[in-house]
Amino acid sequence: MRFFGRGHGACPGCGLAIAVRNILEALEGKCFVVNPTGCLEIISSQYGRNAWGVPYIHPLFDNAAAVACGISEALKVLGREDEGEVVVLAGDGATADIGLTLHGMFDRNHDVIYICLDNEAYQNTGHQQSALTPLGEATTTTPAGKLMLGKIGRKKDMVAIALAHGSPYVATSSAVLPADIRRKVKKAAKIEGAKYIQIHCPCVTGWGIDGKDVVKVGNLAIETALYPIVEFENGKLLTVRKVKERKPVEEYLKIQRRFRHLFTSPEGRKVIEEIQKIADENALRYGIDLKK
Amino acid sequence: MRKVVRGFYSVAYAVKLCKPNIICAYPITPQTEIVENLALMYANGELENCKYITAESEFAAASILVGASAAGARTFTATCSQGLILMSEVLFNAAGMRLPIVIVNTNRALSAPLSIWNDLQDSMALRDAGIIQVYVENNQEAHDMVPQAYKIAEDKRVRLPFMICMDGYKLTHAYEPVDLLDQNVVDSFLPPYSPEVYLTTKKPVAFGCYAPPHIYMEFRVAMQRAMERAKEIMEKVFAEWAEVSGRNWGGHLEVVYPDSKNFVIAMGSIVGLLRKVVEELRNEGISVGLVKLRTFRPFPVQELRKSLENAEKIIVIDRSVSFGYEGNLSIELKSALYGMSPEVISFILGLGGRDVPKDFLKELVKNAILGKEKSGFRGFKEFEEVIP
Repeated sequence: MRFFGRGHGACPGCGLAIAVRNILEALEGKCFVVNPTGCLEIISSQYGRNAWGVPYIHPLFDNAAAVACGISEALKVLGREDEGEVVVLAGDGATADIGLTLHGMFDRNHDVIYICLDNEAYQNTGHQQSALTPLGEATTTTPAGKLMLGKIGRKKDMVAIALAHGSPYVATSSAVLPADIRRKVKKAAKIEGAKYIQIHCPCVTGWGIDGKDVVKVGNLAIETALYPIVEFENGKLLTVRKVKERKPVEEYLKIQRRFRHLFTSPEGRKVIEEIQKIADENALRYGIDLKK
Repeated sequence: MRKVVRGFYSVAYAVKLCKPNIICAYPITPQTEIVENLALMYANGELENCKYITAESEFAAASILVGASAAGARTFTATCSQGLILMSEVLFNAAGMRLPIVIVNTNRALSAPLSIWNDLQDSMALRDAGIIQVYVENNQEAHDMVPQAYKIAEDKRVRLPFMICMDGYKLTHAYEPVDLLDQNVVDSFLPPYSPEVYLTTKKPVAFGCYAPPHIYMEFRVAMQRAMERAKEIMEKVFAEWAEVSGRNWGGHLEVVYPDSKNFVIAMGSIVGLLRKVVEELRNEGISVGLVKLRTFRPFPVQELRKSLENAEKIIVIDRSVSFGYEGNLSIELKSALYGMSPEVISFILGLGGRDVPKDFLKELVKNAILGKEKSGFRGFKEFEEVIP
């Protein structure tokens, strides 16, 4: 708890808080945190209740990547590179929707570890849809109604976007895999350039799950292949977290309030089939199934 | 070293002498040649301990400077018009975080309709950002203002962004003889940037915390106090500059013929034209003086009240408008002179690069003094609006 946590205000079981603690411990606190507006900022940066034991800046919602580029370049010019890594800790909305400056960071390949803490919607403001909200999820801006059954369209493929920019290190992980987070963050720290790590972070309030089920839900996302845990170095797929016996997506969906509506109508069933298709595609694309 | 250079170069060269650590910009006419000059200096290794970054937008450029400045670097950018507006979210934020970023804004009109030509609408839109704004008359003043901007912005009693406003085209593209400063003059005047608070793992601090209602207001009061302190510190820095460089540009204002009955007030390059107008009118026996307003934020209320205490009539030359009200400088001036009773006539002219010939301006000022003019837009062709 040296680097993060002194009185942060996250919900019990919050995936973000678990991920952040592991990220900072992996870097032994030798880092500069850039945190755009979102859940993490709200739970940690209130004036007088700062939960950060590392240098921290919350600029705006939409410019964390660029601010991180500025810090990274300033440290180089000022001869202070050895002070630590520049790390962005951004939400999925700040990354995949409004985070305009991410592509510039990739393009110029600044030495930054950009970490997207993906809880699959704008949770801080009460669960609105983002580009990383999965198909079929009911949010307050894509509610389940007579005509619409939650979010239309898949999660934006930020991994592919990072790879297309030639990022030297791209990985995904999950808040339920602390050792995996630590290993990947440590590895990213050793690589020069603009790195991208996306961490699946269960959200108890937004997803409608019990705090004690966070690990179970997080694991099911992996075991269904809905959240592939992968790692690329210089564009080459390095590791994939394999699954012995892949579980049907229903098992993951049915225990979360955000997907409950899908089980109550024939149209909802069709959406579940679509979601299963996404999982099957993921499994094939990354060779997730251990037996095949 | 006296040389005939363009406005772009007069700025770029002064920036170089101030030894910035991070220069970051996005091209926009009529600013681009400032950063092109700096890019060439960078490419030739003339900028020590400096990184030149090509951003993907003005929004990113300003954001990169926020990170760099928070990390303890001296920073520079130049922009205008749409670029300044695109930066605006970041610049309000930078002011709140008290980051002394220096910006040169080459004033240009705003779209729509698109116009690459000059007026002051862009910087006026940033009036309330918490950024110090100074308007320059010519390229020597632009050159001289750069080291002063850093010294003022970085003063620990101030710590606010500083925007030097110079007219696009009229100054940027103009060739003028400029006495380019020597490095040792700038070095003796401007100490290296060493902030008391910055991002470092050696002593972690947090920038940009969020403030609930019980504490937010105190931060904003602190900004206002910093602006008020800046007013005094600027006077001192201006005076010091006059000593160091041998060029005295005056304080927040320059008043020409202070004992006049009538005054014209304006900002920026049009002041040059007004100097001539005032001379000619005085030769015709008209009592008219000139107020060149250099500092727009902080607004020098007391200085204006003192300089204009005996004025009977004041003619404001505005090159921007607050739609639904009137010219921006006119609004500010009337507010500053509250309780005094000079007649104030304001003209909005020169929008989007519309030419303002000297004789036209002279007639306008003269007729205003003779009581033959009312406030409003001037120098446009009357037209019939078609409302479909």
